[in-house]
Amino acid sequence: MGSDPTDDQHSVVIRAVELRPLTVFAVMLGREWRLALRRLTDAINPLFFFAVVATLFPLAISPQRAVLQTIGPGVVWVAALLAALLPLNALFSQDHGDGTLEQYVLAGQSLVALCIAKTVALWLVAGLPLVLVSALIAQSYAMPVEAMPTLALSLSLGSYTLCALGAVAAALTVGVQRASALIALLVLPMMVPVIIFGTRAVVLASGGEPAAGPLYLLAATATLAAVLTPLAIAAALRISLE
Amino acid sequence: MSDACLSLRNISVFRGERCLLRALDLDVSAGDAIHLIGPNGCGKTSLMRIIAGLTSAETGDVQWLGAPLRTDRDRYAQNLAWLGHNAGLKGDLTLLENLRFDNALRRNRPAAHVMAVLRRFGIESRADVMARGLSAGQRRRAALARVVLSEAFLWLLDEPFTNLDQAGQADVRALIAEHVGNGGAVLFAAHHDVDIPETRVRQLQWQTVDGQ
Repeated sequence: MGSDPTDDQHSVVIRAVELRPLTVFAVMLGREWRLALRRLTDAINPLFFFAVVATLFPLAISPQRAVLQTIGPGVVWVAALLAALLPLNALFSQDHGDGTLEQYVLAGQSLVALCIAKTVALWLVAGLPLVLVSALIAQSYAMPVEAMPTLALSLSLGSYTLCALGAVAAALTVGVQRASALIALLVLPMMVPVIIFGTRAVVLASGGEPAAGPLYLLAATATLAAVLTPLAIAAALRISLE
Repeated sequence: MSDACLSLRNISVFRGERCLLRALDLDVSAGDAIHLIGPNGCGKTSLMRIIAGLTSAETGDVQWLGAPLRTDRDRYAQNLAWLGHNAGLKGDLTLLENLRFDNALRRNRPAAHVMAVLRRFGIESRADVMARGLSAGQRRRAALARVVLSEAFLWLLDEPFTNLDQAGQADVRALIAEHVGNGGAVLFAAHHDVDIPETRVRQLQWQTVDGQ
């Protein structure tokens, strides 16, 4: 672009700009990260929700070690996924409200790359912290230490799948008033297989058995979601702006 | 056919069942300044959104360089600067951070150039202020600064004069004149008459259709 004769300030011409999806991804990721840091209270809300919900179960059911070990994997997984739903509503509706969404769509750069960056940023802010905290919470459910890597890995894959699917639902419901419940209705049914594989992996690992099988399936689901959903998000955003 | 870059063919605008605009043909070439003028609610913004490719028209199509918009949206958008009702600023980022992002997506000019554009709009002293702390007029100036930074050929400005003081409005008029003089094209919507210095402005005046 440096040798571009149109760099002269005083001529305006029709030009073809090269697409720079990697730059777009990096710039958008940096922007979303900075925004998350500036709105730290929004970012840590899911974390508190997760901790509180997971703490309520032993109080409501039974603090006995055997019971806790039985319900532990399921409670941690379900609470983490519900917590990861919380920031979905704001994902694109804020961009829609302040007019930045129009600018993203009309930037003339890859909208898909922008959508991937939004999804990854969402996971870094809403998914990854849950994975980290889940280790602590699993401790309080008397989960064996050997199961921790499996729990962290399965939750990482599962939460990324949720963020990707959730981003599609959020993109479809841009401009819909109070879309949170609608997003949950759209996303949670699709998460059923992920929850089954995820809790199964943790149960197997807790019993000292190999958990590779369900983990492979989780990885496959996450890969599929990571590859296909950006196209759906971009298309849904264009439709939502109409 | 002609040297028109942007052509509207048989465009109709509906809001619900009501037809706001019927069978519009319009050609836009380099050096054109076109003023969409009409009362509130007449469909100026709807038409602008159709031209920007944000909305698809009920009938007819918009062509860029002879091909319908949807064949290559990105190429079209690269030559388009859109100024909508909302400034498109993130309240939790500073003015400079906001514009740096847009600059990175567009021409990717050095930081000094971004500051120079801010200076031109008289908002360089607000560069490090969070965008939510800007006044409505300053936000509009920031949005106009983004239009300039994009260095795009075609400017679509929806109500560019709102919230601006006298000097600001004069700046916008000068800006449009300069862009058109440099061989660009501008379409702007405003509900009042606008005199652009040393520029011939084509007015597109709304006439009532459907009896309403």
